[in-house]
Order: sequence, then structure tokens, then C-alpha cells
Amino acid sequence: MKKTLLSAFAGLAMVLGISLIGAPAQAEGDTALPYQDWSWSGPFGTFERAALRRGLQVYSEVCSGCHSVKLVAYRNLMDIGFAEDEVKTFAAEFEVEDGPDADGEMFTRPAVPADRFVQPFANENAARASNNGALPPDLSLMTKARKNGADYVYALLTGYEEEAPEGIDLLEGMSYNHYFPGNQIAMAPPIDDDAVEYADGTEASKEQIARDVVTFLAWAAEPELEERKRLGIKVLIFLLVLTGLLYALKRKIWADLH
Amino acid sequence: MASKFMENPVIKWVEYRLPIFSFIDHSVGSGYPTPRNLNYWWNFGSLAGVALVIMIASGIVLAMSYTAHVDYAFESVERIMRDVNYGWLIRYIHMNGGSMFFIVVYIHLFRGMYYGSYKAPREIVWIMGVLILLAMMATAFMGYVLPWGQMSFWGATVITNLFSAIPLVGDAIVTWLWGGFSVDNPTLNRFYAFHYLLPFVIFALVFIHLWALHVHRSNNPLGVEAKAPEDSIPFHPYYTMKDLFGMGVFMIIFMGFVFYAPNFFGEPDNYIKANPLVTPPHIVPEWYFLPFYAILRAFTADFFMYWPISWLMSAKLAGVIAMFASILLLLVLPWLDRSKVRSAKFRPIYKQFFWIFFLDCLVLGYIGAKPAEGSFIIIGQLATFYYFFHLIILIPLIGILERPRPIPESISAAVTK
Repeated sequence: MKKTLLSAFAGLAMVLGISLIGAPAQAEGDTALPYQDWSWSGPFGTFERAALRRGLQVYSEVCSGCHSVKLVAYRNLMDIGFAEDEVKTFAAEFEVEDGPDADGEMFTRPAVPADRFVQPFANENAARASNNGALPPDLSLMTKARKNGADYVYALLTGYEEEAPEGIDLLEGMSYNHYFPGNQIAMAPPIDDDAVEYADGTEASKEQIARDVVTFLAWAAEPELEERKRLGIKVLIFLLVLTGLLYALKRKIWADLH
Repeated sequence: MASKFMENPVIKWVEYRLPIFSFIDHSVGSGYPTPRNLNYWWNFGSLAGVALVIMIASGIVLAMSYTAHVDYAFESVERIMRDVNYGWLIRYIHMNGGSMFFIVVYIHLFRGMYYGSYKAPREIVWIMGVLILLAMMATAFMGYVLPWGQMSFWGATVITNLFSAIPLVGDAIVTWLWGGFSVDNPTLNRFYAFHYLLPFVIFALVFIHLWALHVHRSNNPLGVEAKAPEDSIPFHPYYTMKDLFGMGVFMIIFMGFVFYAPNFFGEPDNYIKANPLVTPPHIVPEWYFLPFYAILRAFTADFFMYWPISWLMSAKLAGVIAMFASILLLLVLPWLDRSKVRSAKFRPIYKQFFWIFFLDCLVLGYIGAKPAEGSFIIIGQLATFYYFFHLIILIPLIGILERPRPIPESISAAVTK
């Protein structure tokens, strides 16, 4: 009896194993995702402050022409080390529509820290009209909205190929990217070496730029991450001690039964 | 109960008018005798209760900041995550709490199957448990729709569309469920209303579950009834303490996910706002629905279980019926199992098949997460067949043919020798 069952298990396991190997390619890029070391991974991880500043610069100078981060407010920058005045100055560079005023007219005013990051386009149609019909997605949650999001965005930004591999016809206006599902992406290669000139003097290699902007986007997606991990340590230490005590008490109470 | 406590004049005054203290004592106190040999698998009932309370508490707080409207739902959840004080914590507790609730309840259910807890005279305890599971599934399904992400929307679309398989009135029913011609604002609103209502229905079902449980009291790993006084120990302090310790372990695991892997059970796609014009490449339900999703999808036109009924209904309808049947069958498990012996400890054949069935459920779950193509289809169909084969054929057959090992005279005789 036992033997038959065991062989049944083995058979089942083999079928499963074969199916795993033979799994067809899914809607992904043609290259497996390389994994990076990020400063915020691990139980004590935090966002590197200098990288966040550089990342904001990259977002502002390179990405923000097409991509919004509409869930992030300017005031949130104060959580990552920007001074209030800095944030006010930064926000004031952008115009937002407000109103209606006392006369019933809409007007524009400079953004204040309480405003969310101003979006590059008024609406989806305007965005598509300026981008060859493609819609540049909002980036607020991008690193959470893709599997292994931070690694994915980094790989995507650095994974362009100038020429499509032989036998692949790119559609008009599309670029070849190893990591984009289907490998044809409407976004032209967004960064190159020295695409920005860093305010802090860091050498702006393509990889550096990608790392910095991914750091910024990871923070934008999970602004609670540092607080979460800090609180988590306290909660888990508390629970470990409590559970240890509960176990000791349980043993003591049960001692007369054993 | 400590008599000193009961002699307190205030306690006495209340007790005379509302006997709540003796009620508590007879429910979870020293006045509730419990088999002395319960192992740690018996912790999962109280853990499920803890999970339910945590879900209701965190859910009510979330409801204070949530907006059930297709234009604002996604943003209101992000507002909870970003701007509400500790909103991220409450939401991650609720999100992961759902998964924890199901893990605990599934273990609880398999424990009941292994030790035969569903057998006479505890059939109604078991039936109430299955009803709780059904209510949990409905609640979880509708709750997952509320953040209005891509998986919310498309999951709701796929599952509600199942009802269109019903002959003649199917499409009308789907329109009625949606409150329109697609999953839209009316759907979101009613799902929110039901998502708020159903947990209290679950609470009531739990009450009946426990009411029935307290009549004949817990089963135990030996499956023999506690008869003599030395077979039992008072619930308090023994099991209150053991349950508290179990709760500590549970909370460590739960909080580990909340703080360090809060999106482990989730789908990245649900951080993309619902878009009726873009279908995600793979629509997958939450992990706790995967085995049933696999059963649903197993029914294709060429599935051998479908052949005999292919003249009667579409494969889609057969799949829907099979999916519901896979849970509803559990309601009659006490009558499918003919064996008088409860615990698998004394049922050598049943024990092995129990573990195969358990494995089969895992395989179904794995297949449910995979796209319906290639060998996944065949494996899913075989696993689906085995699921029903186990419940309908093997369980009654083993109950009749198996020769159980001798069961001990009493709990105390087996434990304290």
C-alpha cells in the first residue's frame, strides 16, 4: 500500500516538475531581471538621503516632462530631509489652477507645499496627443505596481538596445527594451550618461541616474517604509518577549498535569 | 470560578440580574471542562476568532477614511496609506489579516478532517463552520474589490460573470448583480455595503458554531469522548493560557508580514487603478481562492468529468457548479464518512488518504495560480477529479472497508499511563 502511494507521489511530482520546466514564456521581456542591492531592503533599510535628492532632480529634469507622480505632495519632501523653505521654493516653480475666485473666475497661482506634484498634462488625451498615442503612466506607485518593482524599473531604464535584434520589426516610434513586456516600448531611451548635471557633483553615469531615480520612486511609492520598519522592530521585540513570557507561564500552569 | 470573586457584592448584584459571570465561566472559564489532551492544532479555532475581531476592528477604522466611488476609491486608499495617521498600518493589518484569517481557518478545517471532529454529535458544529467559510469567502471577495485596482476590477468581472452560465436567466442575473451593464459604481457601492454587513453575519455564525460546540465540547486527538472527570481539565487557566501563547506566536508571524512583507500576498497589478479598457495578462484571484479557481477552470469541453453531462449544460456552467459543489460537499461530510472512529490516529488507511487529499488541495492551489495552458490544464483536471473522488468515493469506501486500530478506553487511560 505504502509503496504504491509513494510511487504515485513520485509520479505526481515528476509531472509537476516537467510542467514547471515546460512553462511557456509569459508576457515579459526577453531577459531575466537582474537584482540590485537597494539601501532600503532588509529589516533596517532606509532610503539613502543623497540618492533621494539626486533622484528628485532626475525626476524633475528628465521624467516629469511626461510622467506624473500625482499621489506625492511637495510637503512630503520635508519627510526626507528637505527644509521647509526649500520645499516652498521648489513648489513655487510650478503653476496650479485654483478657484473660482470671488468673481467666479478660475486663476493660476504658484504651487504651495500642500499641493500634490503638478502633472505634466491636463488629462489623458493631452498626454496621448503629445506622446504618439501612448500614455506615460503615473509613477507614484510604479515600484509597487510591478513585480520586483525597483529592480524592474532600473532594468527597464538601462535595458534599451539601439537596434532591435534581427528578425524583429519595431513599430513606428517604438524602441527595443529587454525588460518591457513584448520588448517594444513607446518611451524613447530616457537617460544617457550625463543626462543630468548633479547638484552634489556626483558623476552622472547612466547607471547612477537610474539608481537615483529608482530610489526616489521607491520612496514615492512607499513613503511609510522607514517608519514601518522602525516600528516593526519594536513591535516584534515586544511580541517575542511577550510570547516568551506567555510560554513560560503556560509551562508553569500546565506543570501539574505532566 | 474563584468563589471570592463571586462573593463581591457588586458582582453578586449583577449576577443575580444578569448571570453574565457564570456564563463566561461556563464558556471559557474554570466551569468549562475540556479534554486534557488537545494538541496545538486545537489552537486554530481561537486564532480564527482573534483574526475575525482584528479584521472587524481594523475594517471599521478603514471605513472611516474610505470612499466607495469608482473615481475616488483607489485614491482614498492611497490617502489612507499616505496621509491618515498610521493609516498604512491599519490597512496592512487588514490586507494581511485577510490572508492570516484564511490560513488559520484552513488549518482549523484540515484539523477537523484529520481528527474526525465533524462526526456525531458535532455535525452542526461542522456545518456552521462550512457556512462561516462560505461567508468569509464572500466577504473577502467583495473586500478585494474595494481598493478598485486592476485585480479588484477584473476579479470582480470574472467572478460575477460566472453567473451568466446559468441557463436562460444568467445574463439577467449578472446585470442585476452589477446594477448595470458592467462592473461599475453601483457594483462597488453594493459590494462595500455587503463587505461591511457580512462580518457581523460571520460573527453570528461563530456564535452558533460555539453554542453547538459547547453542548458536546471539543473533540480531541484521540477522538474518544471525555467521560470521567480525569479526562478533562478546566478551560481556564489551562486552555486560556495555551491559547494566549498561541496568539503570541500568531501575532509574531502576522506582524512579521505587516511590517516586513506587507505586499507578499498581494498582486502588484492592484496598485494600478482599475481600467475597464485594459485587461491584465493574468487575472488571478487571491491565494485563498486558488484551489477553487483551479476547479472552476478544469471544466473545459474535453475534460472527462464533463463528458457525461455535456448534453445537459455548458462546460462553463459545469465548472461553476463544480466550484460551488467543492465547498458545499463538505456540508455532508459527516454522512459521507461511514467510519465510527473519529481520529485518523486509529485509521491507518484514511490517514494516508487524508495527506494525499491535503497535497491535492495544494496542487489545485498551485494550478489556480498558473495560466490555463499546456500541462497545467491536465494536472488541474486530474487534481479536480481527485478532489471529488476523495470526498465522494474514497471517504465512504474507506469508512466501510478500513479496519481501524483499537481505540483507547478513555483519554486519561491513554495520556496518563
